[in-house]
Amino acid sequence: MNTESLQASEMTGMALTMYRISTWIKSPKPYLMFMGFGLMLGLWYFTVEVWKLPRFEDMPGLTEVVTEYFSADPMYGTSIYTPEYYMHIGISLRRIAYAFFLATALGVPLGLFLGWSKKFREFIFPLFELLRPIPVLAWVPLAIIMFSGSETPVIFLTFLASFFATTLNTMLGVESIDESYSRAARCLGANGWQTFRHVIVPGAMPYVFTGLQISIGVAWFSLVAGEMVSGQYGLGYLINTGYIMITYPTIVIGMITLGVTGYVTSALVRMAGDFMMQWRVRELALGDN
Amino acid sequence: MSTVMNTDTSSQKSAIKGAIRIEDVVKVYDPDGAAVMAVDHCSIDIPGGEICMIVGPSGCGKTTLLNAIAGFHGITSGEIYLDDELLCGPGKMQAEPGSDRIVVFQNGALFPWKSNLENVVFGPMMEGKLSKKEIYDKALSMMADAGLSGTENSFPGEVSSGLRRRVEIVRALMNDPKVLLFDEPYRALDSLTKSVMHEALLDIYYKNKVTIFFITHDLEEAIFLGHRLIIMSSRPCKPKKVVEVDIPHPRDYSVLTSPRFRELMEEAKGVVHEEAKKAFEAGEKEG
Repeated sequence: MNTESLQASEMTGMALTMYRISTWIKSPKPYLMFMGFGLMLGLWYFTVEVWKLPRFEDMPGLTEVVTEYFSADPMYGTSIYTPEYYMHIGISLRRIAYAFFLATALGVPLGLFLGWSKKFREFIFPLFELLRPIPVLAWVPLAIIMFSGSETPVIFLTFLASFFATTLNTMLGVESIDESYSRAARCLGANGWQTFRHVIVPGAMPYVFTGLQISIGVAWFSLVAGEMVSGQYGLGYLINTGYIMITYPTIVIGMITLGVTGYVTSALVRMAGDFMMQWRVRELALGDN
Repeated sequence: MSTVMNTDTSSQKSAIKGAIRIEDVVKVYDPDGAAVMAVDHCSIDIPGGEICMIVGPSGCGKTTLLNAIAGFHGITSGEIYLDDELLCGPGKMQAEPGSDRIVVFQNGALFPWKSNLENVVFGPMMEGKLSKKEIYDKALSMMADAGLSGTENSFPGEVSSGLRRRVEIVRALMNDPKVLLFDEPYRALDSLTKSVMHEALLDIYYKNKVTIFFITHDLEEAIFLGHRLIIMSSRPCKPKKVVEVDIPHPRDYSVLTSPRFRELMEEAKGVVHEEAKKAFEAGEKEG
């Protein structure tokens, strides 16, 4: 073990973050990253605005989108200066928050019990496996019939995809726990409930957080689908109206915003996971070096 | 107790609890209707405080025996007693796992999500008989005794595998068990770490006399640690030969080069080799 990894393993919180940022800047990683972005934007610019390839001529160009995005008086109505833009983001985020919270609060306990109790699994899992492959879009009509208003159906659709991802991964997490851990707990005098609390729950955590990462991803996916079909307001709605009203730069603004918000929410989930699983962070830090 | 014991410790031993009596135990597995006999009419009598080494080729059914004592699975027939109390037998074919018999697992089973200290206090905290302060004080002093000072707040994943094993043994001893069941705990360690671990284990044993039921296929380890070797036949598992190790305790690594050690090695080696060969050939036929 070299001294650097020893330091990394002993640092926590802010110091660790600063240390990671400083090593990141010294590595080739950020420059490769910017090159990747540059390539993508370059391709966009040249295909649409310079070469004007067939079928690309109607696409909103890079300069058009950037100008619109940062314009105080946007031609098509949406930019970083318009309050509606933030209202759409806020409403989407609120729906994600409700759905993700609900999916986690129900999915994690259900997954834990599915993994823990064989009887419970035989009872519930076949049903679960039959419902899980049904695409979220297929639920749209029922969601609209079942729930009143425009808000609850969208939240329900968003919740659905998240819930399945979280539950399934949590169950796999319980199954992944080495049997010796529960045996050791029993040997040391833990009863069934204590074993559940001290072995099953923390042992499944790494998988739970993998599940939550997937869950937040599919939540955005279903949210946009839901908002396009039955929403009022929200980023999916913004994109869909952009298409209907032929305000194409707005579509791209909506897409970029989805990319950023999606990334940020994923990062938040990952940070929560790291915070709750210090043992894992430290183990991985040692393994890297 | 009919077993011949070493003269140097016999007087203390009779006072020590944790005698295990395995009587005529049979274990038949039934995968897909094809009955496979793992343990065949096995009887072993281990006096309290003995280090009993169970030696046999891989996959011979030694672990089946250990799991039956620990209560991880049942037996088909026979009886197992701990200090004349029935653990499992007719009417109750599977023993209840308990903190009087603690297993030290092959791949280690410290909870990676708890710090070393939290691991060590786990047993008594679950039992809840002592106050939190008493438990932590005891844990800290036992860890210090075992040379584990400074590792209390590290996670198991952050310390060497040798230290991890030592934490695991201390965790087991915190419950004042009568018996420690070792399932080839040093299998994955390199030979240098292993030799350090052996001396550390003996050191811990001299301070806390418990019965040790130790499964291994390493003869050198078996003779260095054990009062007695029970060499098992390959599947089905059954005692084939008993070797009394009459080298007095306390032992240290100089024992390894003594003429008596080599004689015992020779004596055991022949039997073990024969069984390993049988197991190998049986495995080839199945494959």
